[in-house]
Amino acid sequence: MKLAGLSYQVARSLLSTQYAYMLEYRAEIALWALSGLLPFIMLSLWSNTQAGLDLGFKGFELSRYFLSAFLVRQFSVVWVVYAFEEDALLGRLSPYLLQPLHPLWRYAASHLAEQATRFPFALCIAGIFFVINPGAFWLPSLWILLLTWLATLMSFTISFLLQSLIAALCFWNEKASALERLLFVPYLFLSGLLAPISSFPPEVRKWSSLTPFPYLIDFPARVLSGLNVDVLGGFCIQILWICILLPLVIVLWRLGVRKYTAMGA
Amino acid sequence: MRRYFDSLKIFWGTALAIQLEYQFNALVELIAMFGSLAGSIFVLSLFFSNGNQLGGWSWEAALTVQGIYTLFDGITNTFLRPNLGAIVNYVREGTLDYVLLKPVDSQFWLSVRTFSPTGLPEIFLGFFLMTWASFSAGANITVGLFFIVAFMLICGLIILYSIWFLIASTTIWFVKTWNATEVLRALLASGRFPVSVYPSSLRFIFTFILPVAFLTTVPAEVLLGNSPTSMISSSLLVAIIFFVLSRLFWLFALRHYTSASS
Repeated sequence: MKLAGLSYQVARSLLSTQYAYMLEYRAEIALWALSGLLPFIMLSLWSNTQAGLDLGFKGFELSRYFLSAFLVRQFSVVWVVYAFEEDALLGRLSPYLLQPLHPLWRYAASHLAEQATRFPFALCIAGIFFVINPGAFWLPSLWILLLTWLATLMSFTISFLLQSLIAALCFWNEKASALERLLFVPYLFLSGLLAPISSFPPEVRKWSSLTPFPYLIDFPARVLSGLNVDVLGGFCIQILWICILLPLVIVLWRLGVRKYTAMGA
Repeated sequence: MRRYFDSLKIFWGTALAIQLEYQFNALVELIAMFGSLAGSIFVLSLFFSNGNQLGGWSWEAALTVQGIYTLFDGITNTFLRPNLGAIVNYVREGTLDYVLLKPVDSQFWLSVRTFSPTGLPEIFLGFFLMTWASFSAGANITVGLFFIVAFMLICGLIILYSIWFLIASTTIWFVKTWNATEVLRALLASGRFPVSVYPSSLRFIFTFILPVAFLTTVPAEVLLGNSPTSMISSSLLVAIIFFVLSRLFWLFALRHYTSASS
């Protein structure tokens, strides 16, 4: 059975070659992991101010929330638009387009391989966090871990599709990656990376829940940290966004390939 | 000296010409900048909900810090990132050889080779926010104070530049870690908030190790009249230490440069 050119063998060899490739860049990936420290800086602010106390988090819940936000972010980082732009500019895209495998599978595989490489570094940072902050230690149940993994995977999928949409625009304008900035700004402020969604004023919370952003960090982080959250509702909205974005990406990609003339042509 | 001035004119003239080719990008950057500032102010406002204060800072005072941060962020996006972020490419491709052979100082060439005009509006916006917020906070701004704060901001700029340059020059050894500056950016983001709001351990780090405090909090305090103007001397001292350090480190790093593929 093949799905847009992807079979079991292809998937296995893609993942294993991408993993070997990513291992070569482990020093860089460790630094990327470190560059995601923002939730910890925000935690130190929230836990040190009256506004943080007013949030209604009990005990170590706030620490756990931000650690979870950090971890979810680590495994849902997406850079497909940059990789795609480089491939298109350097002409590497042309041979990829000739293969029966859809090029997006290749990018998806490299993201998953990067996450596997990142895993030990993220665990290390979490370990250091618990050494500094031993009271916050908790061991989620297997069931919670499974749900978190699923929610994070969905969050990754939504981000991946959103960026692929912008990447497909590169077929028309080779500098379309600038548009990614417009996606990153609302992501940064509405996803829950800097502040839990529950700290937002009700109006903002209502409007932001109509965007995919709170379901990218806040929802999986709440699941992992064991906070009160509507698990079923969250998953439904995540699936809904995937159902909206996937056809859009496929259509825009088809139109774009028809437009594609390769660099220098 | 004349040679440096002439080079600078040519460098920035070409940078502007390149940017004019991408007008659509400039528009996108402008929208992203306003969105980013609105988001930052929104997050800041969350700390002031229910009439709370942020570690003894009023809303207007905290906005002054935010304004200074925006100013420095604009400078980072306009000058530091396009130039210092590119050093690693010169090292990787071996083109640093050509830079070293040029009859101008290599640190000068690498630091001012280009600039990104799309960051300029952010600098103005930051300056405007800083001025407006400090007036709203009831600051008594005299001509003397204005010059003192301007001088402190220049010291802050020198500190910021030196830290960036220090990190960027490590790529002479570690070509693979080209994204080290991303970690720095993440840490510098802590300057959005007054340093006194952080727990004491972080406050120590942000004052003495990564002196974010001297970039935003200290100038803001002096501007608002909450800190004596004598803080100018500590700003100057830190700036001198970091600048000399960056210069010495660059000369040291160059001794270890072996060009690409050798």
